[in-house]
Amino acid sequence: MPNFDYEAPTSLAEALELLARPGEVRPLAGGTDIIDQLKSNRRNADLVVDLKRVPELLGISFNGAGLRIGSAVSCTVVHKFTAEHGGYDALVDSAELVGSIHIQNRASVGGNVCNAAPSADTIPALLIHEAVAHTSSISGEREIPLIDFFAGPGQTVLQKGEILRELVLPTPSKDTASAYLRFIPRNEMDIAVAGVGSLIEIDRATGNVLKARIALASVAPTPVRAYAAEESLEGSPISAEAIDQAADLAVGSAVPITDVRGSADYRKELVRVLPIRTLNKCIERLG
Amino acid sequence: MSKKQIKTTVNGVEHEILVDSTWTLLETLRDHLHLTGTKEGCSNGNCGACTVLLDGKSSCSCLVLAPEADGRSVTTVEGLADHGHLTPVQGAFVDNSGLQCGFCTPGFMIATTALLNENPRPSEGEIRLKLAGNLCRCTGYDKIVRSVQDAAERLSKA
Repeated sequence: MPNFDYEAPTSLAEALELLARPGEVRPLAGGTDIIDQLKSNRRNADLVVDLKRVPELLGISFNGAGLRIGSAVSCTVVHKFTAEHGGYDALVDSAELVGSIHIQNRASVGGNVCNAAPSADTIPALLIHEAVAHTSSISGEREIPLIDFFAGPGQTVLQKGEILRELVLPTPSKDTASAYLRFIPRNEMDIAVAGVGSLIEIDRATGNVLKARIALASVAPTPVRAYAAEESLEGSPISAEAIDQAADLAVGSAVPITDVRGSADYRKELVRVLPIRTLNKCIERLG
Repeated sequence: MSKKQIKTTVNGVEHEILVDSTWTLLETLRDHLHLTGTKEGCSNGNCGACTVLLDGKSSCSCLVLAPEADGRSVTTVEGLADHGHLTPVQGAFVDNSGLQCGFCTPGFMIATTALLNENPRPSEGEIRLKLAGNLCRCTGYDKIVRSVQDAAERLSKA
């Protein structure tokens, strides 16, 4: 482990002052990625700032404007909260897939986002629900649509001293459903070979799809949206043929690599199959 | 690197410990409090051998920095039995031979204790899912699952 100092601020203002210090300053929420990365020399730190005692980052709430998730809220809490409130099923699905229960008790959804792994399970769910990243630094605040938040594997657009404060997701209409599925070789606890989140909003009167959102994990340097597949679904009724066509188009949005978890071709095949399964799950959930 | 004075309750006893900011909770428990029941396996959150309860929630102690435990409460496998009387979870692992070499067993017992606190009657599928973060290289898991089912049964009658 490299040598670093540790501070646990108890207010956002104090945390932002610490984060603005010179040198490599790393925020720590759950720590399940950063501690491992420090141990294995994949990231360095002069100072680690523990955010778990900052009340401004620990809230999760739902009101007319949507769902607000503080960046240090654990996956376990996000899973329970969203399961009780309804409306964000893909997030319910994905928050209980991040590592084991021991990891979920510590790891935050905000940390899953900021770690920016292309395979992160919660990101497609957040993308299809049109999450906006609200950030803070000593020089001010920013609101960044989550799709613009990622710069590459393990890299975000956050500047030095800037942290994710909260994720804000608009309230979906009652005729909206979402789902997230990933493929892993085990039955549980593994890193996605590919993951797909889908969301559809239906006009009950006409049966037409008003909105479709499909996001892909582990098939590009960053999480991506499958725009062509989304557009093909919107404006007409949902059907097996329409879903099939969207799945074919989703493959075009994937630029996977071959690695230890799977070949590029295999990942493309998964990106054809998983939208079909997630869209069918959405239909099932719409009832 | 800096030193931090932390106050942490471990197995019901408050300890004041001068820790290095880079120590993990696992190192602190094993090397400084000499509680060697908690094991170091993979050191990266995959195997669960180092599982402890942190404020009642199962956590990999290899992925917790020692100063993070300041003001918090930790339960290790040594804190389960009461004056030599095994808990129903421990008794069930013994009677169902839910262990062979025993290296993963402290983690499994802590994880099982957390699981049954949360969900006293888990299905076999739920047991396998919720204990997926604990790896055993000896038993093939069936005896562990049986131990957990038996522990649930014992706790329901306790």
